[in-house]
Amino acid sequence: MRPEAPAAKPASPRGATTEPGVLSRPARSLWGDAWIRLRRNPVAMAGGAVVVLLLALSLGAPWIAPYDPLAQDLANNLAGPSASHLLGTDTHGRDVLSRIIYGAGISLKIGFFGMLLGCLVGVTLGLVSGYRGGWVDNLIMRLVDVQLAFPGLLLALCIIAIIGPGLENVIVAVGVFSVPTFARVTRAEALSLKQRDFVLAAKMLGAGDGRIMVQHLLPNSMAPILVIATLRVGTAILTAASLSFLGLGAQPPSPEWGAMLSDGRQYLTIAPHVATFPGLAILITVLAFNLLGDGLRDALDPRLRVD
Amino acid sequence: MIPTLFGVSIVVFLVVHLVPGDPARLVAGPDASIQDVELVRSDLGLDRPLPVQYLSWLGRVLVGDLGRSARSHRPVAEDLGRAIPATVELTLAALTVTLLVGLGTGTLAGLRRNSAWDYSSMVVALLGVCTPSFWLGLMLMLVFAVKLNLLPTTGRGGVDHLVLPALTLGFGGAAIVARVMRSSMIEVMGMDYIRTARAKGLLPQMVVLRHAIKNAFVPVVTVIGLEFGNLLAGAVVTETVFAYPGIGRLLVESIGFRDYPVIQGTLLLLAAQFALVNLLVDVLYVVIDPRISYEA
Repeated sequence: MRPEAPAAKPASPRGATTEPGVLSRPARSLWGDAWIRLRRNPVAMAGGAVVVLLLALSLGAPWIAPYDPLAQDLANNLAGPSASHLLGTDTHGRDVLSRIIYGAGISLKIGFFGMLLGCLVGVTLGLVSGYRGGWVDNLIMRLVDVQLAFPGLLLALCIIAIIGPGLENVIVAVGVFSVPTFARVTRAEALSLKQRDFVLAAKMLGAGDGRIMVQHLLPNSMAPILVIATLRVGTAILTAASLSFLGLGAQPPSPEWGAMLSDGRQYLTIAPHVATFPGLAILITVLAFNLLGDGLRDALDPRLRVD
Repeated sequence: MIPTLFGVSIVVFLVVHLVPGDPARLVAGPDASIQDVELVRSDLGLDRPLPVQYLSWLGRVLVGDLGRSARSHRPVAEDLGRAIPATVELTLAALTVTLLVGLGTGTLAGLRRNSAWDYSSMVVALLGVCTPSFWLGLMLMLVFAVKLNLLPTTGRGGVDHLVLPALTLGFGGAAIVARVMRSSMIEVMGMDYIRTARAKGLLPQMVVLRHAIKNAFVPVVTVIGLEFGNLLAGAVVTETVFAYPGIGRLLVESIGFRDYPVIQGTLLLLAAQFALVNLLVDVLYVVIDPRISYEA
């Protein structure tokens, strides 16, 4: 490195002992680099911490929640926040805090499985569409266009209109609702990757289409897919809560946040806390997933950084 | 746009056929007699092959015949016609909120980058994207209608009935428009022509008004087109919160009652409106940005 460095020193052929800071740095992967960048981003880490907390809440609900989420105490209904009921009670005297804690599990379940369904279908469609091109690509993208013609919540409502209301159906609706996003992102990745040398090399070695898509295109598209997946969990939770609020998702006794809010709406004048706290829970959860997703995007692809 | 609308019509047509159970029974409604169900079946031609059914359905839809509501027994077009003005009023008011708040906030934030205004407005914008609109609506109702007693809580009437629903519906869009306008403004203010305008001694206000805003607006137009779709979909929720008699509430009620002709009519109408707005946005591009042309 440095021409004037004494050549007499034996050993260390690469000069690792002379400049340890520069030359002995271990090789890092894309994911290792991204993790280091993510850890330096306090906002994203805060989002991540809330997500971990929500997971802990949903797994440990029976031990953490002070009351049974379905236990009624009619003598003590619509009571405001107090020492015995930190967030007050609802119209049946059920503890709002306990219901919110149990509700975390429901929302995470819908958010995660809804996202997963959309991811599996969307990524498959996107890979096939981008890699195969031609009429297959055309057909799949026209289907995606038709889905996108129902903006926002409407697509989910359309699915619910077909398969009927209910918690499991909301997961399907939210999943279908997420398919176009995953399909478009994966297709764009596949389109740019399929021209790269390593894919052409794999093809020359005789790899089949399936093998190229699963073993070469998919792993190299994982970064944007992971970012979209994180952001989609938040969107899925918000969409599912909206459906439940409209009475088309989780049904009344269930401590789902959107359903709780819909329930509390009737008592807005006398007991505003019943509707306020589940809404805050939704807001915090969606915010956490968005912050984590934005942080992941910055960490995985610094070129995409907005500022 | 035409192929997409064609696809949309197929999906909407299939809604009735994808539902488990007898479509004739679905259209006739849960309390129809067996004779009525058979009447509906032959009336709608449900005993004919699907493609034939689709074409005749499409033919009727194109002349405005959307069938009869299973709930009100009135023609669907009549129910829709009553709800359309309410929703148009609401979405236009919400769009005004989105544009005024979003463009104003975003422009100022972009011009005074890293100022207290920039930071606080971007935090609010971030929250705006994550806030459930039904919760925001209830909170606004709680503060302005219940506590302060300034505005009515629900229903449709004068302008005062429109304020809270429009704020609720427009807020999420305003947040997104503000973020896009801010980054677009920052980009434009770094351009050579802005420096030229300044160098020739133009007043700073004139630089912003005459040169920056117009150019910064171009990327925002795309977002507004997409946001209009979110407004249409969001109206479903907002109208339910405020018991506002528009298309969105009609759709939710129809899904609850399994009133399929009305579900089909509302879905078709909303998707067509969205497609139309996106077409308008494409036209608007050419008008505001002479560099864009569709004739290549």
